[in-house]
Amino acid sequence: MIRVEGIWKAFGSIQAVKDVSFEVSKGEIVGLLGPNGAGKTTTMRIITGFLYADRGQVFVKDINIEERPEIVKREIGYLPEDNPLYEDITPYELLLISGKIYGMDGRRFKERLKTVVDQTGIKEVLTRPIGDLSKGFRQRVGLARALLHDPSILILDEPTSGLDPHQILEIRNLIKELAREKTVLLSTHIMQEVQAVCSSVIIINKGEIVARGTPDELSIIAKGGNLLHVTFKGDEKEIRQKLQSLTFLEDIKFVGKEDEASTFVLRGPENRDIREEIFNFAKDYNFPILEMRREKATLEEVFLRLTGGEA
Amino acid sequence: MKRTILVARKEILSYFISPMGYIYLVIFLSVTSWLFMRGFFLMNQADMRDFFTLLPWIFLLFIPAITMKLFAEERKSGTLEIALTMPVNEWEFVLGKFLASFLFFTFSIFLTLIIPVSISILGNLDWGQVIGSYIGTLFLGAAYISIGMFASSLTKNQVVAFILGAIITFFFFIIGERLVTISLPQGVASVFQFLGLGYHFKSIARGVLDTRDLIYYLSFIAFFIFLTYYVIKEKRP
Repeated sequence: MIRVEGIWKAFGSIQAVKDVSFEVSKGEIVGLLGPNGAGKTTTMRIITGFLYADRGQVFVKDINIEERPEIVKREIGYLPEDNPLYEDITPYELLLISGKIYGMDGRRFKERLKTVVDQTGIKEVLTRPIGDLSKGFRQRVGLARALLHDPSILILDEPTSGLDPHQILEIRNLIKELAREKTVLLSTHIMQEVQAVCSSVIIINKGEIVARGTPDELSIIAKGGNLLHVTFKGDEKEIRQKLQSLTFLEDIKFVGKEDEASTFVLRGPENRDIREEIFNFAKDYNFPILEMRREKATLEEVFLRLTGGEA
Repeated sequence: MKRTILVARKEILSYFISPMGYIYLVIFLSVTSWLFMRGFFLMNQADMRDFFTLLPWIFLLFIPAITMKLFAEERKSGTLEIALTMPVNEWEFVLGKFLASFLFFTFSIFLTLIIPVSISILGNLDWGQVIGSYIGTLFLGAAYISIGMFASSLTKNQVVAFILGAIITFFFFIIGERLVTISLPQGVASVFQFLGLGYHFKSIARGVLDTRDLIYYLSFIAFFIFLTYYVIKEKRP
């Protein structure tokens, strides 16, 4: 649906985007994750045709945005950062004008208006000036505008920023619901958002893509192996000694002691589940396992690691 | 074309939704009528020449006030991004804004028709000259608007847009006036006079529609609309 091929963009002496390439397939929810100023907004602005890339190309449904902007713009519903809206008119007027710009006739407009008003829940504020609305409602009005022409692609730049936790949940659920029939590219600097919503993540830092994958895949990249937290019943020294006989373990760390229990963090080889082997080990040497859990890196750790701790 | 009209419609809507539009109309009509009527009763002649002599000066402040928000406001609030990521191209966007300001300006000029109508009741008014002057006013106003719009496209600050618009307009107005041309050598003076906005206005106001004046205004307006288009296309966000 979206194909970004080696785009570069500089503002004066600042190189905002450096050789960014990625693809977003139909039905995906892709999160662009990165610290503030990483180049997320610039990338999105180039895809939506608001900015022109210095080099590289963007294709939406195989159409080059710079060659046929009018066609591409119809395929995209865009919610810019900070959700700018015309303050002096009402949501209804905004949607009416938008509808006409997208060339809708009266019947089609009525039909779409009803759909997006229901989806975003803005019925009660339709005739109040946008400038008077709360942040939550403004965000919904922005989404309603982006959805009105029924685009196949949604590009949302920090769709939940500035909202309260309740509103954030509502907007996330709405995005998930919309993603059933649309392709979504959203940007955020909030890790939980990506884990909650996205099927795939692109981590961008200082204008460059530093990682791409599903949230799970990225966890593995960050740790370079898999870790097991195990609490055995028994003496620390004895357990450690016996553990050392397990040659497949790459690292053994003692974490702490509580009464008779000793906790270790064991690092196994990548792509190998060592839980069964540890269970057998405990059984053989009679160190009852009180607790065992596999540790995965959170996206937060991945992010901090890949972006040099700038988050 | 259809989308140009939609842009204009949205813009006209916001002139009349906010109190600004009404405040502008009230102040503009009060100032023009008062300045004119002050001398009118002293002269005691059914004549509007003084009115049309005043207008280019009054417009120096009033027209940048109409145009200052056109793009500066969109830049400041970020709505430029919404507008230009919809299927509206830069030409439609710029022309729509120009059209909206021009229609609003024309409406304000239309309201001043109360003056010639009143005068014609009092005495024998030369309607030919008045109509010529009104046509000249529309051309002059459109030229001022194109400058003001260009100034607004450069900045996100409306006050800067206003001052810049007033300064550029003043420059193009004053270079053709005797005040400036009198001190210049003959050849240069006639070039400056031709470039000045007021010279052509006076020519049309005399009631003679000369194609040279029309071509001057149309190319002047086209030039500043093009500059605005260029700025909007190149200077983002």
